[in-house]
Amino acid sequence: MNTSEARLKDLLIRGLDGEAPVYQAFLMEMSTHLRAFFRKRLTRLPDEVEDLVQESLLAIHNKRHTYDVDQPLTAWVHAIAKYKLVDLLRRRASRERLTDPLDDETDFFSSADSEASEARRDLGKLLGQLPDRQRLPIVHTKLEGLSVTEAAQLTGMSESAIKIGVHRGMKALAALIRGAS
Amino acid sequence: MKTDDLVMLLATGEGGVQRHAVARRYAAAIVVGVVVAGLLMLGLLGVRPDLAEAVRLPMFWAKIGYVAALGVASLLAVLRLSRPGARLDKVLPVLAVPVVTMWFLAAFVLAGAEPVERMALVLGETWAVCPFLIAMLSAPMFGATLWAMRGLAPTRLPLAGAAAGLLSGTIGGLVYCLHCPEMAAPFIGTWYLLGMLIPAAAGALLGRRMLRW
Repeated sequence: MNTSEARLKDLLIRGLDGEAPVYQAFLMEMSTHLRAFFRKRLTRLPDEVEDLVQESLLAIHNKRHTYDVDQPLTAWVHAIAKYKLVDLLRRRASRERLTDPLDDETDFFSSADSEASEARRDLGKLLGQLPDRQRLPIVHTKLEGLSVTEAAQLTGMSESAIKIGVHRGMKALAALIRGAS
Repeated sequence: MKTDDLVMLLATGEGGVQRHAVARRYAAAIVVGVVVAGLLMLGLLGVRPDLAEAVRLPMFWAKIGYVAALGVASLLAVLRLSRPGARLDKVLPVLAVPVVTMWFLAAFVLAGAEPVERMALVLGETWAVCPFLIAMLSAPMFGATLWAMRGLAPTRLPLAGAAAGLLSGTIGGLVYCLHCPEMAAPFIGTWYLLGMLIPAAAGALLGRRMLRW
């Protein structure tokens, strides 16, 4: 567990400094821990697991500027996952009884689950709901892998408009996912 | 959508993240909150006419120190509550120190006063408007703090809303000190506190709706 904490924290910090491949490795590994966490707690709602994994990954990404490097990563991720879980349960307004307490943050990294099933939402459809000024920057820089400069030239938007479009678009995507599930 | 695709989407083209984002947002919020409240105070209430003499009295500074200490403590709470998983630890005792100190001072003043004067020390001349004027002056900061917090990640929403409200109450209270003629500890320990608690209560009630992400 402690080695996971130290290693993942190192990955995240390098990711926050702009090393995209390291950041990807961090998110990939994080998805396995999130999946295990939610699968254990949503035994009666297995269909929700993958949606919630994705929602949490988006939350981790969109809120990554709130991570304080002096803080244990486990506590930060656990609080986000728990918030998203409680938010889902509140949204469903159901009286599902959880079999597990929600407060065991210390063993968050002790379990991992890499058997990803497909979430029910379609990324293409979600992206289609975004306005062009957000959708195009995301499609060009994130799906087609163009640089910000190239995307700016292609779309005729300014470079800062591309960056803002990506930033706002990712937030809007998170809101869409939350609304859709 | 496959989760691996989402991870690709999130990581591709990521160029690092701005450092000290949390501090920056609140610094901006405080500037806006103080400036707008200051303009409101100048426009609607005016500075107390005897300010030049008042600044020489220790009680003037005790009042400011009391509100400012609460402000620092609530800012500490706000900063913690804006980050998932951060603990509040000793923030509650730190919040209690200025209040308890002012209450001790008030008890001392009341004990030393003639019984017939005591009511006047508590009520002053402006008790009926003081809390509402402080709440009014805290409104710009209330909006600015909620804006700052919405861009961060509070997970305990009513508590975060209350802390945000208290912080804005202290900013309103600080600005109000420049207008308010009251100097008695029993007054300050009662009506200032009440004024700062109005936005705190509003924040606690609105937190779940306004701060959700």
